[in-house]
Amino acid sequence: MGKIIELKKVNKWFDKFQVLKDIDLEVASQEKIVICGPSGSGKSTLIRCINRLEEHQEGNIIVDGTKLAENTKNIEKIRAEVGMVFQQFNLFPHLSILDNCTLAPIWVKKLPKKVAEKIAMDNLTRVQIDDQALKFPGQLSGGQQQRAAIARALCMEPKIMLFDEPTSALDPEMIKEVLDVMVDLAKGGMTMIVVTHEMGFAKEVADYMIFMDEGKIVERAKTKEFFENPKSDRTKLFLSQIL
Amino acid sequence: MILTYLKPTKDKINTFLPLGSIFVIFAFLDILANTFLNRNITGFLPQTLSFLIPLLFGFVGFYLIRIEFSGIRFLDKLNKNINSSNFNAFLTLLILFIIIKAISPLMNWLILEANFVGSTKDDCTGNGACWVFIKVWFNRLMYGLYPDVEQWRVNSAFILLFALVGIAFFVPQKIKKYFIIFLLFVYPFIGIKLLSGGSFGLVYVETAAWGGLSLTFIISAFAILFCFPIGVFLALGRRSSLPAIRYISIGFIELWRGVPLITVLFMAAVMFPMFLPDGTFIDKLIRVLIAITLFEAAYMAEVVRGGLQALPKGQYEAAKSLGMGYWRMNILIILPQALKLVIPGIANTLLALVKDTPLIFVVGLMELAGMIGLAKTNPKWLGMAMEGYVFAGLVFWIICYAMSRYSQNLEKKLSTER
Repeated sequence: MGKIIELKKVNKWFDKFQVLKDIDLEVASQEKIVICGPSGSGKSTLIRCINRLEEHQEGNIIVDGTKLAENTKNIEKIRAEVGMVFQQFNLFPHLSILDNCTLAPIWVKKLPKKVAEKIAMDNLTRVQIDDQALKFPGQLSGGQQQRAAIARALCMEPKIMLFDEPTSALDPEMIKEVLDVMVDLAKGGMTMIVVTHEMGFAKEVADYMIFMDEGKIVERAKTKEFFENPKSDRTKLFLSQIL
Repeated sequence: MILTYLKPTKDKINTFLPLGSIFVIFAFLDILANTFLNRNITGFLPQTLSFLIPLLFGFVGFYLIRIEFSGIRFLDKLNKNINSSNFNAFLTLLILFIIIKAISPLMNWLILEANFVGSTKDDCTGNGACWVFIKVWFNRLMYGLYPDVEQWRVNSAFILLFALVGIAFFVPQKIKKYFIIFLLFVYPFIGIKLLSGGSFGLVYVETAAWGGLSLTFIISAFAILFCFPIGVFLALGRRSSLPAIRYISIGFIELWRGVPLITVLFMAAVMFPMFLPDGTFIDKLIRVLIAITLFEAAYMAEVVRGGLQALPKGQYEAAKSLGMGYWRMNILIILPQALKLVIPGIANTLLALVKDTPLIFVVGLMELAGMIGLAKTNPKWLGMAMEGYVFAGLVFWIICYAMSRYSQNLEKKLSTER
């Protein structure tokens, strides 16, 4: 398994405030990584740098062999290979669920409409909302919307999936249905980087855990070790508060 | 004791309802007799009191019938909507009386005492409006100075337009786009050729002769057609991350928004030709059209920008994360939502555009209002300003109301809310 994502000495500032400090990270193909940490620790910023929704100022980010830089054309190519799921779903409210899923495959990957629709329906079936395909996002519950958003990202057939706190905006009852979909996806062999506070999910699927605080990676460890025998005091404190 | 007895309640409904109704009915009888039959029932009273009697009686009557939970649906509805308190009852009465008082002279002037028959000003003998004026000048009000024998060309241009638009509404989705492309890119040339002539055996009619309502339509249609896309580009430009494009857009918008339309038109018609090299000539109507289009585009840009700013950042990020570039993101995701949000603002701008067209009189072009200005100064028809402008107002109102309704329908149709 080769490295699919590689971050070297990545630094990023918002004005004078440094959000990312010397981040080094390697992710192999098919690996699942869960990032946790207190709010404001830079976890979201980190994964948003991977598909360049945020720009880093120092260091190197290499995704699937391509170095992220100012070059626009290749960033769109990278983004087409990296799916992202947002906390607020960000479905397109003016389009039906099916159109949400087929839009990018048709216009970015230039697939014929029929093929795109077939892929969309397969993915909607996979997340179990195929019966909602013709509805608009506003007509769906939060959990259904988030599953639709996952399906939309999968329709681009990405190599990597990024999840930015996918269950944080959901009612407690709906968290499980979204996590189930993510677990299923993980078992299917997808490379995943997940920012979440759902430690049950982390224990179930993560190969590695990363704990971040104040813009730094404080601890990176195999999941079992991370929970049973954390090294840093900061990690211990954090875990004692959320477990 | 007496006060509690006077409070209208449900158990005393049999006394209060008839009593109150009598008061209200009397109040309205008085005012109706006064307005329409010229008879003052309460003439025996002092003048001030007689004048206020309907208001007084109506007020007392409304108080007496204000019975809570009367059980009579009509009464409950009435009380809730127009008679919920003493103050509201007073306002209701006042407004109704003013309307009744105003209707009578208005109707007299507009219809009952107006003149419809005849062909000269002397045929207007009544006290009301002289609609003969509109009748005699109707042709000019519609076509301006366009030669009478050639007016079929204007008619057929508009009939063709309306027919195409009408058909476009009903044809299936697949053919629809060809219709729209034809309408936007082919029809304008056919229309212009029909109107101006000069070839295909059509006599040349110079644009200075165009006028009346048809010119209102021509200018509005062209300006709407072009100011919309230009406005969208300017709005995107103003939010662009490229400084050059951003500053050009800001400069353009602020320049045109800062100048009154009347100055812009004057510049286009009088000043602009001076800067052109000798021998080049751009038709005045075209210069005016470009001026109005750019002027309205600046306003349109700001309306559209309002919609762009209202969209959450997440929409941009979601589009980007799916690999869409700038144009795909804007065309497929951002603009459809932003434009839908600002339909009321767009309608506002376009209505203002239509109503701005009369300003072209400053450069000697005369659409509907301009033709009326011309007609009312004709020595044979002096003193017809009121009829003329009431007619123009009515026509503009019909056009604008139709546009307004269309925008409301569009809003409803495009709504994907629950």
